[in-house]
Amino acid sequence: MPAQDVCDLPGIVARWHRDPANLVQILREVQESCGTIPSDTLDQLAKLLDVPRVRIESTASFYAFFHAESHGAYEILFSDNIIDRMAGKEALKQYFCERLWLEPRKLSEDGLVYVDDTADIGLADQAPAMLVNGYAIPSLDKARLDLVAELIRARKPLAEWPPMLFEVPDNLCKPGPLTGEAFVPGAALKAALARGAEATLAEIDASNLRGRGGAGFKTATKWASCRKAEGEAHYVVCNADEGEPGTFKDRVLLASHADLVFEGMTVCARVIGARLGLLYLRGEYRNLLEKLKSVLARRREAGLLGQNILGEQGFDFDIEIHLGAGAYICGEESALIESLEGKPGKPRNRPPFPDRCGYRNQPTVVNNVETFACAAKIAERGGAWFAALGTPQSAGSKLISISGDCKRPGAYEYPFGVTVRQILIDCGAEDAHAVQVSGPSGTCISFREFDRRIAFEDLATAGAFMVFSRERDMFEVARNFTHFFAHESCGFCTPCRVGTSLLRNIMDKLAAGKGSAYDMNEMKHIMHVLRGTAHCGLGHTAANPVVQTMEKFPDAYEKRLKRLDFEPAFDLDGALQTARLITGRDDEWAHLADD
Amino acid sequence: MTKTFTLDGKVIPFEEGETIMEAAAAAGVYIPHLCHHPEFKPHGSCKLCTVNIGGRLGAACTNRAAEGMKVESETEALNADRRALTQMLFVEGNHICPSCEKSGNCQLQAVAYHLGMLTPHFTHFYPARDVDASHPDVLLERNRCILCELCVRASRDVDGKNVFGIGGRGIKARLIVNSASGRLADTDMSVTDRAAEVCPTGAIIRKRHGFTVPIGQRLYDHHDIAEVPVAGMERPKK
Amino acid sequence: MTKLKVATCSLAGCFGCHMSLLDIDEKLFELVKAVEFDRSPITDIKHCGPCDIGIVEGGVCNAENVHVLKEFRRNCRILVAMGACAITGGIPALRNNVDLWDCFQEVYHYGIGLEKGQIPNDPELPLPFDRVHPINEVVRIDYFLPGCPPPADAIWKFLTDLAAGREPKLDYDMLHYD
Repeated sequence: MPAQDVCDLPGIVARWHRDPANLVQILREVQESCGTIPSDTLDQLAKLLDVPRVRIESTASFYAFFHAESHGAYEILFSDNIIDRMAGKEALKQYFCERLWLEPRKLSEDGLVYVDDTADIGLADQAPAMLVNGYAIPSLDKARLDLVAELIRARKPLAEWPPMLFEVPDNLCKPGPLTGEAFVPGAALKAALARGAEATLAEIDASNLRGRGGAGFKTATKWASCRKAEGEAHYVVCNADEGEPGTFKDRVLLASHADLVFEGMTVCARVIGARLGLLYLRGEYRNLLEKLKSVLARRREAGLLGQNILGEQGFDFDIEIHLGAGAYICGEESALIESLEGKPGKPRNRPPFPDRCGYRNQPTVVNNVETFACAAKIAERGGAWFAALGTPQSAGSKLISISGDCKRPGAYEYPFGVTVRQILIDCGAEDAHAVQVSGPSGTCISFREFDRRIAFEDLATAGAFMVFSRERDMFEVARNFTHFFAHESCGFCTPCRVGTSLLRNIMDKLAAGKGSAYDMNEMKHIMHVLRGTAHCGLGHTAANPVVQTMEKFPDAYEKRLKRLDFEPAFDLDGALQTARLITGRDDEWAHLADD
Repeated sequence: MTKTFTLDGKVIPFEEGETIMEAAAAAGVYIPHLCHHPEFKPHGSCKLCTVNIGGRLGAACTNRAAEGMKVESETEALNADRRALTQMLFVEGNHICPSCEKSGNCQLQAVAYHLGMLTPHFTHFYPARDVDASHPDVLLERNRCILCELCVRASRDVDGKNVFGIGGRGIKARLIVNSASGRLADTDMSVTDRAAEVCPTGAIIRKRHGFTVPIGQRLYDHHDIAEVPVAGMERPKK
Repeated sequence: MTKLKVATCSLAGCFGCHMSLLDIDEKLFELVKAVEFDRSPITDIKHCGPCDIGIVEGGVCNAENVHVLKEFRRNCRILVAMGACAITGGIPALRNNVDLWDCFQEVYHYGIGLEKGQIPNDPELPLPFDRVHPINEVVRIDYFLPGCPPPADAIWKFLTDLAAGREPKLDYDMLHYD
């Protein structure tokens, strides 16, 4: 069946205002309705949008969730974070493939199902997890996979699958000011309107709120700068591209506290004078889309979005949701903006920063989901209340996503300044040996450092907290992360494009028992180049997991080294295998023995 | 009064809005680079022009000069990083200089000579990349592409054609062309396009011109790239 | 003064680098005063013993190349990669994107003048790798002398620097990859 018969291309394009800036959204809908993005669709889109085909192809080939070849009626992607692996993902995947008689990365012979891995999908507290046609199914075990396999065999449309498969509990284990207090929609906005834009900004300033995405830039400074910046329009962008492996706290906020987030965006719009807000929701959170849209609709009805919000003449603001399509790099704010503009998610050259030149080159505030939630609470309860929480340099509370070797994985809200040790006690991690704070790009700390604190002045974090017990192999943890970075590098700059793949290959060489001290030095050398010359944070930090585990868990590496001096870069005997097959030889000279 | 900054201790005048690279070039100071070209919008992807700007590393082609700024470029540490970046570019593609008609006129090679690179050092990827000889006048040899996007910029911004783009991501990023067949012949590329000349390596070359000048007598065979800056690097006359 | 012991070999190369070595012409007399050749195409000695300097031309394309290269590494105090093939794989590496089976077919089945060609399977024939590799991907290399071939003057300068215990340094005109 030709693609255009099942996919209403003109309709999709019209729904997105024939605007090439919405290309990622258009491609997403094409992919959702026909299962692929065939080559001739690119030509049709080029005509409908009046842009060169090469631009469409650049975008279509950048995102992991877009593909030109068919992945069948059911595309199954297993989340491949180290936490999923620790929870038995590999064995379960194999079990599932055997049940359906198929091989990973190969469309089943009946063209029905395709199985592959994907980067962490934000369910580390419910690992292992997977996506079926983009919808998440958590807490996989054999029974659940049996059910999935049956549904696939019966060719049941996804809409008719038991809803309980897709239920994702919040796992909120420790509520706090954001997650534990009732919030009346409109409360923050009313307070902000009563106070006025300037005074609201002053409250945000007084609160000492710093960005929750990890970098910790002062929110009021960003808003003030954007408010001052001149432009045809101002925009509010909420970064819900929570892609850092091990992080899922935004999932919880969006699932159960969306009003707080949208209200924070609306308060920001009031302060900077924006009429449009965009929530960039990572593709992996597709499950949340309808629910979020209904929250938006309810808010419109309540007069909290739309024209003359809460009766305030001229206060017009609305929020659109854009879905990502499988690209960790879009969590970087300028890459996110590129993606919102329909382009591959490659970080821009900065300065200028988005506060002056962001979405459509206009002044834009980009903040994390949690930052907007905090902003709403501050607008409601005042800056002094917030500033009194946490530490002097890190005001407020922080949502932590806890996963790995502990009894109670889930979301925890702490005042800043809490020690790692306290968190470990609370989540029941009795045998913790190491914690990866803030994901692969964050900090790996060993049991010697458990008195360190979660705070910008010590352990800054976007929220991930992956616990590893004594039995875990920290080398394998780091190796999983190097694969992640190599897969997620956007490929724009030389050091990251090449360096992340070099690192991954060396880690694989070590894992195969063919490493040497030479390789260890190579990795340090690559790390140095990445840290100094990469274009963005992804590249700067991509070697951190290796370098930190090398330093803190040297045994994990040393036991793998075959010798101290040097080992060939490739498997000598393996590289003769093709020739052995062709010639039919298996004599002594047809092999290269190890020295 | 003219504004100035210092580059390796030398006082460099600049005009408001100029990048470090532009001001340095106008003053006759070479900073190694591959993706930069004065005719086109700064790109900042090759990272060879990484300099130390008051203690912070940044690309000279995208960072603006500022009054009193202290910039270091010719340090052993920075040149070691540049050498490593050049080596990464060499192992990433399939750069077999003895078989390349651009040899001697190739900027990738010339920068490597300038930096004293003796070996690509890293493990070669030997990627499988397509050669596209479909076009009557222009050869597209992707094995030699370093993804600097100069052709992308030239075709889009000067030729107004959008013949080139970058597809894929990460180590799988590749040069793509504007046709459904993927063939250069099916685009509106012309040999007179700016995009046909701007490639720093031998990835895009005019056919039938490969050996008009013999190897050994070419631009960089006897001249360090630092001494023969790309035409147009001087500050444009007002 | 004891002479420096030098061994040379050509793996997947064309012997062009060795020709360039001979191209130092009259300086060869000076060279042999300072240097004694062990295994080398020049001496026709088949295995190398302990040496001061080993010079390797060509990349690694088959199992035999690995045996020779490892013997050099074991015996030579300083190992030098000479020429484009040893350093990058060079011209032989142009085959790296051709499937090995296609190569064999072309050579032994469809080659011009072949009738009923068979793929040889004699154990005496070295078995080829999937790809040609530079030698630094197989053993640790101490010095690299690029060029296709390196100019005779570059080889001379390089060897005299090494013999004198200096860090070899090439002038701009002597550094070439082609």
